[in-house]
Amino acid sequence: MLVGREGRKRIVMAADLAARRLGIHPGMAASMAQALVAGLIVTDTDPRADAAALDRLALWALRRYAPIVATDTPDGLMIDIDGAAHLHGGEAVMLTDIVDRLATVGISARAAVAPTYGGAHALARYRAEVVTILWDGEADVLTGLPIAALRLPSAMIEALRGLGFETIGELLATPRAPLALRFGSEIGRRLDQMFGRSSEPFELVEAPELIRIRQGFAEPIAAPETIARYIGKLVGLLCTELEARGLGARKLDLLFHRVDDVLQAVRVGTARPVRDRTRLTRLLCDRIETVSPGFGIETMILSASLAEPLDYRAGTSSLVDTPVADISELIDVLANRVGDERLYRVTPVASDVPERSTRRVAAMAPALLHSWPGEWPRPSRLFSPPERIETVALLPDHPPAAFTWRGTRRRVKRADGPERVFGEWWKRDAETAAVRDYFQVEDDAGERFWLFRSGDGEDPSTGAQAWFIHGIFG
Amino acid sequence: MQQRSSSALDAIRDRIRVIESADRAVHGTIPFGIDAVDQRIPGGGLALGALHEVAGGGNGAIDGAAAALFSAGIMARTRGQILWCVTRRDLFVPAIAQAGLHPDRVIYAEVGDEKSVLACFEEGLRHGGLAGVVGEVAKLNMPSSRRLQLAAEGSGTLAIAIRRWRRMTEASDFGQPTASVTRWRISAMPSEALPVPGIGRPRWLVELIRARAGECTDFVLEACDEQGRLALPAELADRPAQTRLGRLGAAA
Repeated sequence: MLVGREGRKRIVMAADLAARRLGIHPGMAASMAQALVAGLIVTDTDPRADAAALDRLALWALRRYAPIVATDTPDGLMIDIDGAAHLHGGEAVMLTDIVDRLATVGISARAAVAPTYGGAHALARYRAEVVTILWDGEADVLTGLPIAALRLPSAMIEALRGLGFETIGELLATPRAPLALRFGSEIGRRLDQMFGRSSEPFELVEAPELIRIRQGFAEPIAAPETIARYIGKLVGLLCTELEARGLGARKLDLLFHRVDDVLQAVRVGTARPVRDRTRLTRLLCDRIETVSPGFGIETMILSASLAEPLDYRAGTSSLVDTPVADISELIDVLANRVGDERLYRVTPVASDVPERSTRRVAAMAPALLHSWPGEWPRPSRLFSPPERIETVALLPDHPPAAFTWRGTRRRVKRADGPERVFGEWWKRDAETAAVRDYFQVEDDAGERFWLFRSGDGEDPSTGAQAWFIHGIFG
Repeated sequence: MQQRSSSALDAIRDRIRVIESADRAVHGTIPFGIDAVDQRIPGGGLALGALHEVAGGGNGAIDGAAAALFSAGIMARTRGQILWCVTRRDLFVPAIAQAGLHPDRVIYAEVGDEKSVLACFEEGLRHGGLAGVVGEVAKLNMPSSRRLQLAAEGSGTLAIAIRRWRRMTEASDFGQPTASVTRWRISAMPSEALPVPGIGRPRWLVELIRARAGECTDFVLEACDEQGRLALPAELADRPAQTRLGRLGAAA
């Protein structure tokens, strides 16, 4: 249990799971907690260390997820995932990923997505689900939350409770003027921020190792050509800075402060550390179309959120070798356009089960040199999952004489097989006895198909003896 | 005399070709290595730095299985990295490797729609560091194919568009004019009859439907071996000594 001070009272700031089970919750008086449970381990809070740790976490989120990250003291992170979520497979996948990754280092977290920071703050803290996503037009979920979710001082919340307010919806339905008269403008401001009627300032996470170049404009700029010109200037300055430290950029964030106080961001990544001005400028200029300048851009901030030591590669020294073309630039351009995980190479996996025999690796991963053992013919198109077919076949080990697939009956003219594939018992219990018998068959027209029967044709424990089509040979 | 006149004709042909393509760099060709085929294609092989279209015949127009192998076989005979843009994720890479295209050489870009396929296709062609780019598209109109053709001409990268449709009725789109240099249709044919039960080496009907400055023609060929080479069937030519992919114990 952590104890801190709020005013003159010593109160519980945080409690672990065991303490919570005993009825101790944050906000109760420390003396009361100690009276409830004997032998309670009490530690004083260290707000400065907490803030430093939160900053480190924010930096991690900045590198991993999105270019706009801020700390939400004392216990939260705010991440602007606008335009970043699709790179991680969508909002839900991204949030689950964040929570899972935090869980592996012993941090239990809850995450929420909402159109406003206020909304996300409230949902992450006052909803039971680990991951909450609020789509546009579902604002009524917010109205059901307790007023404590509004980020108001605790004294004000106590006073509001005294007046009988329990949920945000009740507060919304009340005329503003009497509330403002009694509590000041704070309640109205927080409500507006939650429902997106007023903007919220955003303090970017700062770190000494982050290289940041800022360019302010006396006159707001909006034309794409002007933006491109300044991107060139900023990249030049950034490269000078990177050169001084011997680094190359892996991730660049370009932030645009608009005159109407909206922050927009462009993030580009590279497969290898890069310090090439033209290349970085090109990557950033590729994304200008995603920025809407609105009434104009006041400030542009370029930061290298992830920088790694730049290694030099030896050029080709022999005249006999043909130089290998460097395609990392192309990979960067494509990866920033379609997403990192959509650009891949496929490498072999030692598995006889066809759908498990391939694995995706990063496009620039080192070459493996080995391929699949090329003994048995494989189809060039594989159906996932295999499709059920109707067959006429002799058991136990004959290929079908005819089969019906997608409403078309095909007579089998020639066939090869069976190739027996055993289930991988070390993966799933259900595969302990499972067997598939694969046949390559050719129909009258010469089209070749890859069929299999689940089961060995005799023993029902090896499979249901049903037939499937798994692929088409060319 | 015969020899001299043909060499004189060749010289004139070369000069005409230079005049025709004065503003265009000539990047060379990839021959199929079968004389009967190469002689029928202008330039003696598939032109590098040009766009070629490949589609499947019959059901192959939808699954594009033979077309993918045909393209992989051509790419296997180039040197360098290949970019392969797809929208559907049913390509089975071990089969591509069996056609001779090593998995280390291919980078796949799996994109959401046709428009992005064309954008990635063009980007890959413009870069110039790749040996070839393959894109699986359904719609290819004159403007977009011309963009691809110009990009390929500029860099000398081999471009193959695999035309693959969702429905049989859409396959009539293959008759529409595009800026591609050649257009191929690959249909599966019954494999050679073996003296024992089982399937022989796959055979394709390879139709050259359109060739710029050339004539349409068609061949019956045996599918790619493990180096990506096609072959003439044994009845048509002396069968070359080739190791076939392993055949399983026959039980037909």
